[in-house]
Amino acid sequence: MAHPAFERSRANRALVRVALGSPGVAVRDLYELYPDFVIDVRAEQAALNDHAAIVLQYPIYWYATPALMKEWLDLVWLHGFAYGRGGEALKGKRLLVACTTGGGPEAYAPKAMHGFPIEVFLKPMEQTAVLCGMKWEKPFILHGAGVKSPEALAQASERFRKRLCALTEKCGR
Amino acid sequence: MTLLVQTLVYLAAGVIAAPLAKMLKLGSVLGYLIAGVIIGPFALRLVGEQADVMKFAEFGVVILLFLIGLEVRPALLWSMRKAIFGLGLSQIVVTAGVLAGAGLLLGLSPRMALAAGLILAMSSTAIALQTLEERGLRQGAVGRASFGVLLMQDLAVIPLFALLPLLVPAGLAAHGVGGDGGGHGGESLIAAFPAWLQAMVSMAAIVAVVVFGRYIVQPGFRFIAKARLREIFTAAALLIVVAVAALMQAVGLSPALGAFLAGVVLAESEFRRELEADIEPFRGLLLGLFFITVGAGLNLGLVASQPLTLIGLVIGFVAVKFAVVAVLMLIARAPSRTTFAVATALAQGGEFAFVLITFTLGAGVIDPDLAAKLTAAIALSMALTPPMMTAYEKIADKVESKKPARAAPESDPFEAEPDVIIAGYGRFGQVASRLLEGSGFRTTVLESDVDQIEVLRRFGRPVHYGDATRLDLLRAAGAERARLLIVAIDDKEKSTELVETVSKAFPNLTIVARAFDRLHAYELLRAGADSVERETFEGALSLGVTALRRLGLRGRQAMRAAAAFRGHDQRMFDQLAPAWAGDFDENYILASREAARTMEQLLASDLAQLRPDADSWSTDSLDAQLREDARN
Repeated sequence: MAHPAFERSRANRALVRVALGSPGVAVRDLYELYPDFVIDVRAEQAALNDHAAIVLQYPIYWYATPALMKEWLDLVWLHGFAYGRGGEALKGKRLLVACTTGGGPEAYAPKAMHGFPIEVFLKPMEQTAVLCGMKWEKPFILHGAGVKSPEALAQASERFRKRLCALTEKCGR
Repeated sequence: MTLLVQTLVYLAAGVIAAPLAKMLKLGSVLGYLIAGVIIGPFALRLVGEQADVMKFAEFGVVILLFLIGLEVRPALLWSMRKAIFGLGLSQIVVTAGVLAGAGLLLGLSPRMALAAGLILAMSSTAIALQTLEERGLRQGAVGRASFGVLLMQDLAVIPLFALLPLLVPAGLAAHGVGGDGGGHGGESLIAAFPAWLQAMVSMAAIVAVVVFGRYIVQPGFRFIAKARLREIFTAAALLIVVAVAALMQAVGLSPALGAFLAGVVLAESEFRRELEADIEPFRGLLLGLFFITVGAGLNLGLVASQPLTLIGLVIGFVAVKFAVVAVLMLIARAPSRTTFAVATALAQGGEFAFVLITFTLGAGVIDPDLAAKLTAAIALSMALTPPMMTAYEKIADKVESKKPARAAPESDPFEAEPDVIIAGYGRFGQVASRLLEGSGFRTTVLESDVDQIEVLRRFGRPVHYGDATRLDLLRAAGAERARLLIVAIDDKEKSTELVETVSKAFPNLTIVARAFDRLHAYELLRAGADSVERETFEGALSLGVTALRRLGLRGRQAMRAAAAFRGHDQRMFDQLAPAWAGDFDENYILASREAARTMEQLLASDLAQLRPDADSWSTDSLDAQLREDARN
């Protein structure tokens, strides 16, 4: 999870609360762990090794991840670890992108504000999964994060809880 | 009875009665009062004539007012003007009027009725505030309204001394009345002056207190603080209070009021917290003594001979005082819970009433029979206040629980409590505290170097003088309610000592401490600090980064090298902490040697990766694979 202004966030806070309450889920709050952008590569790689599914949770900034999450990908998902020769650490794991957007779903369409469906902007992430031999999960998208009513936010949280359950296979029974 | 034996009796009575009463949930005030009755002339007869002790004990009220003054900055006083002049003045006038009317109906002469009304209109500052304090009500709206009224009553005593003798029937008027003024007017040096001159002299005295407080006392304290003699500081603080009280008495004003004024003048001084902490014990002791003397002065003989008259008198005037305050506050639309708390707190007779009774008796306004009855009734009403307050709280809670829940009634403190207390405001503490203040946290700063304070004050930074290792001073600075303490004092042993005492006395206060070096850091953690920071570490690392950049490394690269170093150092710090047992024993040296070796190796390999030829963003392995793939 990466949010540079988590203290002001509503949607990502709600999603983190869901994740913290889900069995078998470990949350790594990147901006709290590495406020100076100095990432502990070994610790992060160990965390990736320990889990069968990876969820990248973030608000969309300029059609991409926040800067620290990109730095995290650059430094942790190295050649020889995540991909390439000897890079099979992530192979077979599942990758779920859980992102929030400021605008509503209608803004992500041809001729609308952002011009393309949201899936187009997630293509780089999808290809990252493919290159690393991971299984790409259908992204969890929460539109209009800042303007959602509390009820709608609660509904979205419930949806997210179910997605996490499906990944961990540790609840629902 | 010798002074020593008398002291013994009073101290023993207080020491036994107050905790006992507190345990029985009666409040310490009632405990002192009962102790007074028991040792008094009508029970055990351990103490006799109260007048001398009373005078001494009344000084407790003077100190109380001085301490309250210290909490009331001029701006706050101005914001309380409604409580003081609106509620306060109307309380006196209406209560005195109603009670005088009742006195007339009971067959008193008009002058006696009016005098009795005015006397009974006074409430007890000591009892009311102490009772509120014990119940945690003194800081809120209840405390503020009560205090406003009490302050007005204090002010009113002055004109009353001038006016009450005028009630004496013509021809009987005696010159030089006053007798035992107990500190009020009686010993005035200017009584013989014409009225206009008296007024001028009084004004001059008030101006003198303000000027003295502002321009003489401040540098005087600085001088004393530099000498670092704690007991002299306490003596100087007492000297101020006594001097002001004496001055006020000399010009015929109330010493308590003068002390209050002196307190207000010093409220913005950097020595305020220190003064508070120094004088506080005297207040407690003298007020306790005061309550005991009130108890001892209760004429049980009179109560026994005319129980019904006295009970009627007490119930009557307490009911009137309660009703008047309640009605006045309800008219002003105060919340009902606040209203009844204030009305209960102010329903008793006051210590000034005793003084006024003696005074009017001497002036021939009231007769001895009435004086005795009033004295007994007022003492009884004082004893009734704590149980009344308890009863009020029970009733209020019951009423409250029936109503739907409301938001917390009042959080309107005399002064905002700090979030953070900063001990030590030198080169180190300043940076940390400015960061916190800039981030919107309220801080209280304690510094013991007078020169430093002077410089800071010149730059407009309010810093309190005081040795932060003193628990009472920390308490006065708000340690009970603050969230965090920053220990930044420039003294190794003292800072460890401070951390140790604070972590025991205020377990919920988070302590962040400045360490001199690694070993001191371990000591601080052992003493109970929640986080420590070695004072030179970050500075040295930062200098290292600058040096690396001067040597040609790119900024990001130098910064990452420092980060790697910091990470390794932290790991070594944590790893060696358990081995540190208070001194350099064999275990620690062995462990640290071992740790240093492995750490050096790890660090070297990490830093090697950061060199220009082997960056962390190295694509070496990828390039190699791509070249190989191209060949095949």
